[in-house]
Amino acid sequence: MNERTSDPQPGVASQPMVRFSGVTKRYGDLTVLDNLDLDVAPQEKVAIIGPSGSGKTTVLRMLMTLEPIDDGVIYVDGRPLTHMEVNGELVRANEKYLRSVRGDIGMVFQHFNLFPHMTVLGNCVEAPIHVLGLSKAEAEERAVELLEMVGLGDKLGEYPQRLSGGQKQRVAIARALAMRPKVMLFDEVTSALDPELVGEVLNAIRMLGKEFQLTMLMVTHQMGFAKEFADRVCFFYEGRIHEEGPPEKIFNAPDLERTQQFLSAVLEAG
Amino acid sequence: MFWDWNYTFEILPMLARASVITIQATILGFILAAVLGLVFAILRMSRNRVINGATTAVVEFIRSTPLLIQIFFIYFVLPEFGIVLDAFLAGTLALGLHYATYCSEVYRAGIEGIPRGQWEAATALNLSPVITFRDIIIPQAVPPVIPALGNYLVALFKETPLLSGIAVLELMQTAKILGSQSFRYLEPITLVGVFFLVFSLIASAANRYAERRLTGIGTR
Repeated sequence: MNERTSDPQPGVASQPMVRFSGVTKRYGDLTVLDNLDLDVAPQEKVAIIGPSGSGKTTVLRMLMTLEPIDDGVIYVDGRPLTHMEVNGELVRANEKYLRSVRGDIGMVFQHFNLFPHMTVLGNCVEAPIHVLGLSKAEAEERAVELLEMVGLGDKLGEYPQRLSGGQKQRVAIARALAMRPKVMLFDEVTSALDPELVGEVLNAIRMLGKEFQLTMLMVTHQMGFAKEFADRVCFFYEGRIHEEGPPEKIFNAPDLERTQQFLSAVLEAG
Repeated sequence: MFWDWNYTFEILPMLARASVITIQATILGFILAAVLGLVFAILRMSRNRVINGATTAVVEFIRSTPLLIQIFFIYFVLPEFGIVLDAFLAGTLALGLHYATYCSEVYRAGIEGIPRGQWEAATALNLSPVITFRDIIIPQAVPPVIPALGNYLVALFKETPLLSGIAVLELMQTAKILGSQSFRYLEPITLVGVFFLVFSLIASAANRYAERRLTGIGTR
């Protein structure tokens, strides 16, 4: 399959896969994200950490177009995501335009959000059939391949309520990947899981990250996973990137006091 | 005045035939109400203010005026605008339209009960609004509200005697005619009452059964 890569080289391309340019998000008087600039290179894996309320989940939700932004522009693969060009000027994107650009992005949620009335296979073929226009057979072939990769080849006909949290989350990952996105967003995907189920989900992400040419942004509390898996770690604090750098740097020798405080608090708790 | 069994058996076949009309009006009216109610519910969720506002106005207007007036309006007034419907069609249409407004509230409650995560997953998978409603929202929103819809089915059924106002030959109208011919109202009117009682009880029991079945499944 041509989506596979033999030699991923993060950060080589000149054009970022994702670019936040001066992005601001407010809820009433509260500024959740303040003038955010962030570039993510193709195939780069970025871990987003920080205390709750620091705006880290909002970053993913804006990129998935679940939340409108108040200021700035988000670009995906060189195209504006939140805005569209009309007569050479950027205006706020309408629903039709969003549908044309959103396909580059896939998202996995903290609470799975599987469709409870559909089987595992049904969950994974719904969008490929109705959005990508694949035939039922093509969509099923693609879905089965992905579900086998995440170790759920024997659960195709099962309904979500009969699965464990870890299994549900692996279905959600397969469902998102069946759309062949360029960018995958993981929003605290292990936070709702029992501790013993975290490993299987992280393994699935690890394996798929190697298998597909994916750019990944993940909001996570799994510092160990972030350290091992991410190319870059961004520490968010009060709506800004407070400190960022390679994981060795951020986890072993952060420059800033807030980062140190947060990490020591998290590591003590964990 | 005493109950006359001979007369009872004499009129029973005619009432049985009329009950078919009553049941037809109920079923057709309810199908219309169930379908149109869903359309109203979805249109009222539109982000387009014109669509949303117009639908809300229509629903409120229909719900706040008496069904009998709507029946008369469709049967007697619409012909003046060139729309001529026979009595059964006019009556069934009015029943369906009237109960569609109640059904739309029921559907709305069902749709609002869908967790936000389901909408977000549909967006993340880039499903169109039509597919999102058809495949994700409606299949989850409707089963929990079937008992509430069933209550309106029974309510609609019990309002079909209003169609006698425009001379539809349903049960009530037939009973009235029989009474005026024989000057005996006791038997025909009582039989009509018994018929409604029996069918309402059956429908309510079926509805309770459906409710029990539905609470067993559909847990996320």
